Amino acid sequence: MTVDSYKFLPKSFRAGYESTPMQESETVWAPLGKPASEATVALITSAGIYLKAGQEPFDIEREKRDPTWGDPTYRAIPRGTLQAAIDATHLHINTRDVKEDLNVALPIRAFATLEADGTIGALAEEHYSFMGFQQAGADEWRSHYGPEVAERCKQADVDAVVLAPA
Amino acid sequence: MPVLARSLESAGLATVTVTMMPDLAEKFRLSRIVGVEFPFGHAFGMPHDPEMQLAVSRAAAALLDHASEPESRVDLPIEWPVDTRTAYHDWQPTEASPIVALQIKRRQEAEAKRQATKD
Repeated sequence: MTVDSYKFLPKSFRAGYESTPMQESETVWAPLGKPASEATVALITSAGIYLKAGQEPFDIEREKRDPTWGDPTYRAIPRGTLQAAIDATHLHINTRDVKEDLNVALPIRAFATLEADGTIGALAEEHYSFMGFQQAGADEWRSHYGPEVAERCKQADVDAVVLAPA
Repeated sequence: MPVLARSLESAGLATVTVTMMPDLAEKFRLSRIVGVEFPFGHAFGMPHDPEMQLAVSRAAAALLDHASEPESRVDLPIEWPVDTRTAYHDWQPTEASPIVALQIKRRQEAEAKRQATKD
Protein backbone atom coordinates (compact mmCIF):
# COMPACT_ATOMS: atom_id res chain seq x y z
CA MET A 1 0.00 0.00 0.00
CA THR A 2 1.20 3.51 -0.79
CA VAL A 3 -0.01 6.11 1.68
CA ASP A 4 -1.98 8.97 0.16
CA SER A 5 -0.15 11.95 1.68
CA TYR A 6 -3.02 14.29 0.81
CA LYS A 7 -6.01 12.25 1.97
CA PHE A 8 -6.76 14.40 5.01
CA LEU A 9 -5.28 17.66 3.76
CA PRO A 10 -7.57 20.56 2.76
CA LYS A 11 -7.54 20.86 -1.03
CA SER A 12 -6.33 24.47 -0.89
CA PHE A 13 -3.07 23.33 0.76
CA ARG A 14 -2.31 20.57 -1.70
CA ALA A 15 -0.76 22.52 -4.56
CA GLY A 16 1.73 24.18 -2.23
CA TYR A 17 2.97 20.86 -0.87
CA GLU A 18 2.99 19.16 -4.26
CA SER A 19 5.10 21.93 -5.74
CA THR A 20 7.66 21.75 -2.93
CA PRO A 21 10.91 21.03 -4.76
CA MET A 22 13.09 18.07 -3.90
CA GLN A 23 15.76 19.25 -1.51
CA GLU A 24 19.08 19.41 -3.29
CA SER A 25 21.38 18.66 -0.39
CA GLU A 26 22.06 15.02 0.35
CA THR A 27 20.32 13.14 3.16
CA VAL A 28 22.13 13.43 6.45
CA TRP A 29 22.49 9.82 7.54
CA ALA A 30 23.57 8.51 10.90
CA PRO A 31 23.67 4.71 10.95
CA LEU A 32 22.22 3.20 14.11
CA GLY A 33 25.42 1.25 14.59
CA LYS A 34 23.89 -1.38 16.83
CA PRO A 35 20.75 -3.53 16.82
CA ALA A 36 17.59 -1.70 17.91
CA SER A 37 17.40 -4.25 20.72
CA GLU A 38 20.47 -2.59 22.23
CA ALA A 39 19.55 1.01 21.42
CA THR A 40 18.15 3.71 23.67
CA VAL A 41 15.31 5.55 21.95
CA ALA A 42 13.85 9.02 22.56
CA LEU A 43 10.66 10.46 21.10
CA ILE A 44 9.88 13.89 19.64
CA THR A 45 6.46 15.26 18.78
CA SER A 46 5.37 18.61 17.38
CA ALA A 47 1.88 18.41 18.91
CA GLY A 48 2.48 21.25 21.38
CA ILE A 49 2.30 19.06 24.51
CA TYR A 50 3.52 20.58 27.78
CA LEU A 51 3.37 19.80 31.48
CA LYS A 52 0.70 21.71 33.33
CA ALA A 53 2.96 21.97 36.38
CA GLY A 54 6.16 23.93 35.92
CA GLN A 55 6.03 24.52 32.15
CA GLU A 56 4.62 27.43 30.19
CA PRO A 57 2.19 26.71 27.37
CA PHE A 58 3.54 27.42 23.89
CA ASP A 59 3.01 31.05 22.95
CA ILE A 60 -0.09 30.92 20.75
CA GLU A 61 -1.11 34.44 21.73
CA ARG A 62 1.88 35.86 19.87
CA GLU A 63 1.11 33.63 16.91
CA LYS A 64 -2.42 35.05 16.83
CA ARG A 65 -0.93 38.55 16.64
CA ASP A 66 1.80 37.53 14.19
CA PRO A 67 0.43 34.71 12.00
CA THR A 68 3.72 33.92 10.28
CA TRP A 69 5.42 33.26 13.62
CA GLY A 70 5.31 29.97 15.56
CA ASP A 71 6.79 29.39 19.01
CA PRO A 72 10.08 27.56 18.29
CA THR A 73 10.78 26.47 21.89
CA TYR A 74 10.34 22.93 23.23
CA ARG A 75 9.38 21.16 26.42
CA ALA A 76 11.01 18.08 27.97
CA ILE A 77 8.45 15.42 28.85
CA PRO A 78 9.58 12.69 31.29
CA ARG A 79 8.64 9.12 30.34
CA GLY A 80 6.58 8.64 33.49
CA THR A 81 4.27 11.55 32.66
CA LEU A 82 0.63 10.81 33.38
CA GLN A 83 -2.13 11.89 31.04
CA ALA A 84 -3.61 14.19 33.67
CA ALA A 85 -0.30 16.07 33.91
CA ILE A 86 -0.27 17.32 30.30
CA ASP A 87 -2.02 19.88 28.20
CA ALA A 88 -1.44 20.95 24.60
CA THR A 89 -1.55 24.16 22.60
CA HIS A 90 -1.63 24.13 18.82
CA LEU A 91 -3.54 26.37 16.44
CA HIS A 92 -3.21 24.10 13.38
CA ILE A 93 -4.71 20.87 14.68
CA ASN A 94 -7.54 20.00 17.02
CA THR A 95 -5.80 18.96 20.25
CA ARG A 96 -8.81 17.12 21.66
CA ASP A 97 -7.44 13.60 21.08
CA VAL A 98 -3.92 14.45 22.33
CA LYS A 99 -5.46 15.79 25.52
CA GLU A 100 -7.35 12.53 25.85
CA ASP A 101 -4.43 10.22 25.03
CA LEU A 102 -1.01 11.78 24.52
CA ASN A 103 0.18 8.49 23.03
CA VAL A 104 -1.43 9.38 19.69
CA ALA A 105 1.46 11.82 19.22
CA LEU A 106 4.06 10.83 21.82
CA PRO A 107 3.83 7.04 22.13
CA ILE A 108 5.53 6.55 25.48
CA ARG A 109 3.27 3.60 26.34
CA ALA A 110 3.98 1.72 23.10
CA PHE A 111 7.73 2.24 23.32
CA ALA A 112 7.71 1.11 26.96
CA THR A 113 6.12 -2.10 25.63
CA LEU A 114 8.86 -2.37 22.99
CA GLU A 115 11.43 -1.93 25.76
CA ALA A 116 9.75 -4.62 27.86
CA ASP A 117 9.64 -7.15 25.00
CA GLY A 118 13.25 -6.45 24.00
CA THR A 119 12.53 -4.86 20.60
CA ILE A 120 14.47 -1.79 21.73
CA GLY A 121 17.18 -1.68 24.34
CA ALA A 122 15.68 1.12 26.42
CA LEU A 123 13.22 3.97 26.28
CA ALA A 124 14.91 7.21 27.28
CA GLU A 125 13.88 8.93 30.48
CA GLU A 126 13.19 12.21 28.69
CA HIS A 127 11.28 13.07 25.50
CA TYR A 128 10.66 16.35 23.70
CA SER A 129 7.66 18.29 22.55
CA PHE A 130 7.73 21.11 20.01
CA MET A 131 4.84 22.94 18.42
CA GLY A 132 4.43 22.52 14.70
CA PHE A 133 3.98 25.26 12.20
CA GLN A 134 7.31 26.95 11.79
CA GLN A 135 8.32 29.35 9.07
CA ALA A 136 10.82 31.83 10.49
CA GLY A 137 11.04 29.60 13.57
CA ALA A 138 12.62 26.83 11.54
CA ASP A 139 15.83 28.85 11.57
CA GLU A 140 15.81 28.74 15.38
CA TRP A 141 15.21 25.01 15.25
CA ARG A 142 18.18 24.69 12.90
CA SER A 143 20.56 27.00 14.72
CA HIS A 144 19.60 26.53 18.35
CA TYR A 145 16.88 24.15 19.52
CA GLY A 146 17.74 21.23 17.22
CA PRO A 147 21.41 21.11 18.27
CA GLU A 148 20.37 21.65 21.91
CA VAL A 149 18.00 18.67 21.90
CA ALA A 150 20.61 16.60 20.07
CA GLU A 151 23.09 17.42 22.82
CA ARG A 152 20.58 16.50 25.54
CA CYS A 153 19.99 13.18 23.77
CA LYS A 154 23.73 12.52 23.53
CA GLN A 155 24.17 13.33 27.22
CA ALA A 156 21.43 10.80 27.99
CA ASP A 157 23.14 8.11 25.85
CA VAL A 158 20.28 8.10 23.35
CA ASP A 159 21.10 6.27 20.12
CA ALA A 160 17.97 6.90 18.06
CA VAL A 161 15.09 9.34 17.93
CA VAL A 162 11.56 8.78 16.65
CA LEU A 163 10.09 12.02 15.30
CA ALA A 164 6.42 12.55 14.65
CA PRO A 165 5.19 15.76 13.02
CA ALA A 166 1.70 16.57 14.21
CA MET B 1 10.54 18.62 11.73
CA PRO B 2 12.89 17.86 8.83
CA VAL B 3 15.15 20.53 10.33
CA LEU B 4 15.18 18.68 13.66
CA ALA B 5 15.81 15.34 11.98
CA ARG B 6 18.84 16.80 10.21
CA SER B 7 20.19 18.32 13.44
CA LEU B 8 19.89 14.98 15.19
CA GLU B 9 21.42 12.97 12.36
CA SER B 10 24.26 15.49 12.11
CA ALA B 11 24.97 14.81 15.78
CA GLY B 12 25.19 11.07 15.07
CA LEU B 13 21.70 10.11 16.20
CA ALA B 14 19.72 7.80 13.92
CA THR B 15 16.21 9.11 13.29
CA VAL B 16 12.96 7.77 11.92
CA THR B 17 10.08 10.10 11.06
CA VAL B 18 6.52 8.82 11.37
CA THR B 19 4.39 11.01 9.16
CA MET B 20 1.03 11.48 7.51
CA MET B 21 2.86 13.08 4.55
CA PRO B 22 5.59 10.65 3.48
CA ASP B 23 5.72 12.20 -0.02
CA LEU B 24 6.75 15.49 1.56
CA ALA B 25 9.22 13.75 3.87
CA GLU B 26 10.82 12.23 0.76
CA LYS B 27 11.19 15.68 -0.77
CA PHE B 28 13.04 16.73 2.37
CA ARG B 29 15.21 13.63 1.91
CA LEU B 30 14.72 12.34 5.42
CA SER B 31 16.75 9.32 6.38
CA ARG B 32 14.00 6.91 7.45
CA ILE B 33 10.28 7.44 6.86
CA VAL B 34 7.23 5.56 8.11
CA GLY B 35 4.11 6.71 6.26
CA VAL B 36 0.69 6.46 7.88
CA GLU B 37 -2.63 7.34 6.24
CA PHE B 38 -4.02 8.93 9.37
CA PRO B 39 -5.52 12.35 10.06
CA PHE B 40 -3.10 15.02 11.24
CA GLY B 41 -2.26 15.04 14.93
CA HIS B 42 -2.50 11.24 15.12
CA ALA B 43 0.81 9.87 13.85
CA PHE B 44 0.54 6.79 16.07
CA GLY B 45 -3.16 6.13 15.70
CA MET B 46 -6.46 6.42 17.48
CA PRO B 47 -6.71 7.57 21.10
CA HIS B 48 -7.07 4.67 23.54
CA ASP B 49 -6.06 2.13 20.91
CA PRO B 50 -2.81 0.70 22.32
CA GLU B 51 -2.68 -2.03 19.65
CA MET B 52 -2.73 0.43 16.75
CA GLN B 53 -0.20 2.69 18.49
CA LEU B 54 2.05 -0.31 19.14
CA ALA B 55 1.84 -1.49 15.52
CA VAL B 56 3.03 1.91 14.26
CA SER B 57 5.73 2.14 16.94
CA ARG B 58 6.94 -1.37 16.12
CA ALA B 59 7.23 -0.43 12.45
CA ALA B 60 9.32 2.61 13.39
CA ALA B 61 11.63 0.46 15.54
CA ALA B 62 11.92 -2.10 12.73
CA LEU B 63 12.93 0.57 10.22
CA LEU B 64 15.59 1.85 12.63
CA ASP B 65 16.84 -1.70 12.85
CA HIS B 66 16.81 -2.64 9.18
CA ALA B 67 17.19 0.50 7.06
CA SER B 68 20.60 0.22 5.46
CA GLU B 69 20.54 3.27 3.23
CA PRO B 70 19.27 6.87 3.29
CA GLU B 71 15.71 7.71 2.31
CA SER B 72 14.27 4.36 3.36
CA ARG B 73 10.48 4.48 3.38
CA VAL B 74 7.84 2.07 4.64
CA ASP B 75 4.11 2.79 4.28
CA LEU B 76 1.80 1.07 6.75
CA PRO B 77 -1.36 -0.64 5.50
CA ILE B 78 -3.46 0.41 8.48
CA GLU B 79 -6.86 1.84 7.66
CA TRP B 80 -8.21 4.70 9.77
CA PRO B 81 -11.33 3.27 11.38
CA VAL B 82 -13.46 6.39 10.96
CA ASP B 83 -15.05 7.48 7.71
CA THR B 84 -12.86 9.92 5.79
CA ARG B 85 -15.31 12.84 5.82
CA THR B 86 -15.68 12.71 9.61
CA ALA B 87 -11.95 12.21 10.19
CA TYR B 88 -11.15 15.08 7.81
CA HIS B 89 -13.25 17.47 9.87
CA ASP B 90 -12.29 16.06 13.28
CA TRP B 91 -8.54 16.71 13.05
CA GLN B 92 -8.93 20.36 12.11
CA PRO B 93 -8.91 23.18 14.65
CA THR B 94 -12.25 24.68 15.56
CA GLU B 95 -11.09 28.04 14.17
CA ALA B 96 -8.89 28.61 11.13
CA SER B 97 -5.25 28.99 12.18
CA PRO B 98 -3.91 32.56 12.09
CA ILE B 99 -1.92 31.98 8.91
CA VAL B 100 -4.91 30.41 7.14
CA ALA B 101 -7.20 33.20 8.35
CA LEU B 102 -4.67 35.71 7.00
CA GLN B 103 -4.54 33.94 3.62
CA ILE B 104 -8.35 33.89 3.41
CA LYS B 105 -8.45 37.62 4.26
CA ARG B 106 -5.87 38.41 1.58
CA ARG B 107 -7.77 36.38 -1.01
CA GLN B 108 -11.00 38.19 -0.13
CA GLU B 109 -9.29 41.57 -0.35
CA ALA B 110 -7.80 40.70 -3.75
CA GLU B 111 -11.20 39.53 -4.96
CA ALA B 112 -12.88 42.73 -3.72
CA LYS B 113 -10.23 44.78 -5.50
CA ARG B 114 -10.81 42.82 -8.72
CA GLN B 115 -14.56 43.38 -8.46
CA ALA B 116 -14.05 47.11 -7.81
CA THR B 117 -11.82 47.41 -10.88
CA LYS B 118 -14.42 45.56 -12.98
CA ASP B 119 -17.22 47.85 -11.76
